[in-house]
Amino acid sequence: MTDLGSNISLMLPEVFLVLSALVLLLLGAFGGRKMTSTVNLAAIAALIVAAGLVLYKIPDDGSNELFAGALKLDYLAVFGKFTALLATAFSLLLAYGYLKTENRLTPEFAILYLFAALGMMIMVSANDLLSLYIGVEMQSLALYVLAASNRDSLRSSESGLKYFVLGALSSGLLLYGASLIYGFSGATRFDGIYEAVANGGSIGLMIGIVFLLCGLAFKVSAAPFHMWTPDVYEGAPTPVTAFFSVAPKIAAIILIARILFEPFLAMIADWQQVIIAISVLSLTVGYLGAIQQKNIKRLMAYSSIANMGYAMIALATGTISGMSGLLFFMVLYLISTLGVFACILAMRRAEGMVEQIEDLAGLSRTKPALALALTILLFSVAGVPPAAGFFGKYFVFVAAVDANLTWLAIYGAVASVVGAFVYLRLVKIIWFDEPAAEFVPVKFSQGAVVALSAVLMLPGAIWLLPSLMSWSETVAASLFLVNG
Amino acid sequence: MSDLPYLLSLTTFTPVIGALLLLLFKAFARADDKDIVERNAPAVALVTSLFTFALSILVLIEFNPADPGFQLVEDVSWFAGFHYRMGVDGISILLVLLTTFLMPLCFVASMGVIKKRVTEYMIAFLVLETLMIGVFCSLDIVMFYVFFEAGLIPMYLIIGIWGGDNRVYASFKFFLYTLLGSLLMLIAIITMISIAGTSNIVELLAFDFDPGLQIWLWLAFFASFAVKLPMWPVHTWLPDAHVQAPTAGSVVLAGVLLKMGGYGFIRFSLPMFPIASQTFAPMVLGLSVIAIIYTSLVAFRQTDMKKLIAYSSVAHMGFVTMGLFAMNFIGLQGAMFQMLSHGIISAALFLIVGVIYDRIHTREIAAYGGLVHRMPIYAAIFMLFTMANVGLPATSGFIGEILTLVAVFQVNTWVAVGATTGIILSAIYALNLYREVIFGEMVNEKLAGITDVTKKEIIMFAPLVVATLVMGLMPALVTDITGPAVEALIERIDAGLALATPIGGAGD
Repeated sequence: MTDLGSNISLMLPEVFLVLSALVLLLLGAFGGRKMTSTVNLAAIAALIVAAGLVLYKIPDDGSNELFAGALKLDYLAVFGKFTALLATAFSLLLAYGYLKTENRLTPEFAILYLFAALGMMIMVSANDLLSLYIGVEMQSLALYVLAASNRDSLRSSESGLKYFVLGALSSGLLLYGASLIYGFSGATRFDGIYEAVANGGSIGLMIGIVFLLCGLAFKVSAAPFHMWTPDVYEGAPTPVTAFFSVAPKIAAIILIARILFEPFLAMIADWQQVIIAISVLSLTVGYLGAIQQKNIKRLMAYSSIANMGYAMIALATGTISGMSGLLFFMVLYLISTLGVFACILAMRRAEGMVEQIEDLAGLSRTKPALALALTILLFSVAGVPPAAGFFGKYFVFVAAVDANLTWLAIYGAVASVVGAFVYLRLVKIIWFDEPAAEFVPVKFSQGAVVALSAVLMLPGAIWLLPSLMSWSETVAASLFLVNG
Repeated sequence: MSDLPYLLSLTTFTPVIGALLLLLFKAFARADDKDIVERNAPAVALVTSLFTFALSILVLIEFNPADPGFQLVEDVSWFAGFHYRMGVDGISILLVLLTTFLMPLCFVASMGVIKKRVTEYMIAFLVLETLMIGVFCSLDIVMFYVFFEAGLIPMYLIIGIWGGDNRVYASFKFFLYTLLGSLLMLIAIITMISIAGTSNIVELLAFDFDPGLQIWLWLAFFASFAVKLPMWPVHTWLPDAHVQAPTAGSVVLAGVLLKMGGYGFIRFSLPMFPIASQTFAPMVLGLSVIAIIYTSLVAFRQTDMKKLIAYSSVAHMGFVTMGLFAMNFIGLQGAMFQMLSHGIISAALFLIVGVIYDRIHTREIAAYGGLVHRMPIYAAIFMLFTMANVGLPATSGFIGEILTLVAVFQVNTWVAVGATTGIILSAIYALNLYREVIFGEMVNEKLAGITDVTKKEIIMFAPLVVATLVMGLMPALVTDITGPAVEALIERIDAGLALATPIGGAGD
């Protein structure tokens, strides 16, 4: 598989996305104001088509190396690309509705989403330290700009700057780790590193992987590298926050999983403690921090920190069931989080957006359908059955117990009681409190996302969960098969 | 297989279908029809619950009491080893019946009393009914857990939306307290599935877990069921929840939700971890006696009627745990009987409080007195259930208490002595409550215009009166159904204990 033509044909989704982004960029630049809406809608369509192309290009034998092993097209990459593209598409749909009402719709907004998605696609298929870095940076640069995209708002600019500075720091850590790993293994490709690790790791490799993990933990906002999250989530425009909390998360988590489970699996004894520490800290900081919050975006920021703690539990196992549990959990987290953010976007009064949790007071009286959907989604994020989110956590705990990390599972379970308090407080405000002023009617795009995610989380779970589990298992099994 | 396939599923999910209907009515009613929906919601709920009750009677007819195993079994594979498995045996069928029997009464009690958000109230109760029946019918341990924990949500909403002044505190305490216990149980469930390789309750019942592991698993399940039951000292959520919940909420809470704890012990803890159960039996018996005596004394000091009955519930559930952990045939039979009987009596007592609360809007005992002058029928009903609560022969309360006492007497005389003292104490607080409320002078002038029970309330109490007396006079109706299953359970426990003795000598 060395010839360029077949390589490019396997990269069809990426190629398509780049071309669409460039064409739309030109269209946005020369088409004038009247093309703005078209560019946005076309970008959403491009993302969905690219997701379709990803499925069309599923490798039959499970794994293909492209461009001399810089990238890899295996089931994991397909899974990652597909979910990241769909998450981006739905985020952009939410953003479109929001920006249109705010009258701030610009073409570059959609283009940035496309480039971020492209970065994610490279991240999930990276098979080399260099392509890993290119993917991460390509995604991050687009995200920095998006965070600051509301130029009139001081908080948005602050959030963009903060994200950029801390993101640059984390990229530095990541690069430092990468250079150490290269230095001690003599390879940048993952299979080369794999051999070096298998021949007995060294202290240099260990320090390298720790730095690499620190850099990537920044990207998924796991404690103790979470400091930027609440401020950036609060400051960025709400649909951008929604985007931050779903698509980059799945891409970065898959990237971490690939590094840990492919080249570094033999060093599990070394990195496992790091992941466990990150997991325990994320659960603690995330939920304890969330209790204090009055702003719903900050609350969701802490909630996402805590949820990364659960993902880390699955990662710490280093087993097939851990991997499939991780993918399963992440997708369910993604769907419910996107739904919650669609509800947050619906929190608009005549005078503008509101984002204090008190503003939800009595939502069950003023907007019963929205309240019901939000309640289902919150219980799903909290992991209370029968909502689908429960099964996400369930399989994470199963993996932990099977890997003899029962105490970590117990810690996760106890933490989720604190988490339940956080989400119950929202449910209480929605259902028990006297109604506050009513929100304006829900936009169609928001309503559609809310309804879709809520239906998937409760009644739809009966069908969603079995298929999702079988995909996750296939992906996990193929990943471990390659490693022998 | 009976000629009615999926009868259990139908029974379980009929209430939720009713709830969905109400939801649709509410969602699609035109603005000026909203009132009609609100007005008719209780009737829809009542009909649904009556229909469910009829279905559960069908289940009872199909059920063969002589067979100790699970019957009317349904099994549909889902994913990752999960199955949708339903089935009832002699232990669970009567609890299902208790649930379906109490729910229509709850809806009758709520008619005209609940004035705000009526449709949502009915939906919450119907969903709760499905979840409660599901707990008792599940034959898959994960499914059991899902039903068990999902039941927290509607109850949380019921307390929080329709409760008293301090409802938010009570609802949070209820939810979080119970959730903490359940999550530890979840980890234990995962461990069990990981070791036994199945989530099928029938297979798990036959699986022998390592004695050392049994201890931990037992403790995790205990954390969940002891809170749910509730046992002293983790009972403190119950008085708060009861006081704040609306009447029907209290009825369901005392009548059914508490029984889930007892059901959990008898379904999981005892047969699956017999060695650990035996190890911890002295502790549980000790806690039971403390619960019986201490909470009876606490009940005596209460000035709020609902709180008094709540503490009395804790004391009566003490008899259940005492009977269960006597770990003999009479004890388990007695515990089952006590659960059913307490389900009916406590439900009746909360309804009794509800009757005067609806009229005067206070639960303070001091605000009442001399009601016998204006409410003779009410006084008679109250008298019957006070006596049943005390355990007077000819009422169902007597049978449950005597059976558990006899059982525990064989195990430990001192525990029996303590528990018997508790019965005397229960007579003191119950009769004192009755005297304060019903007899004496009518001092409070608000009471001057109080009216006796209405026809609706008589209809509501009649089934409860009949059930208490029938169970008291013909206990065999119950014990014949539970008997074979309990006997099989005892055999299972003995087999499990016999295995242990040569290995660790834990049998002594």
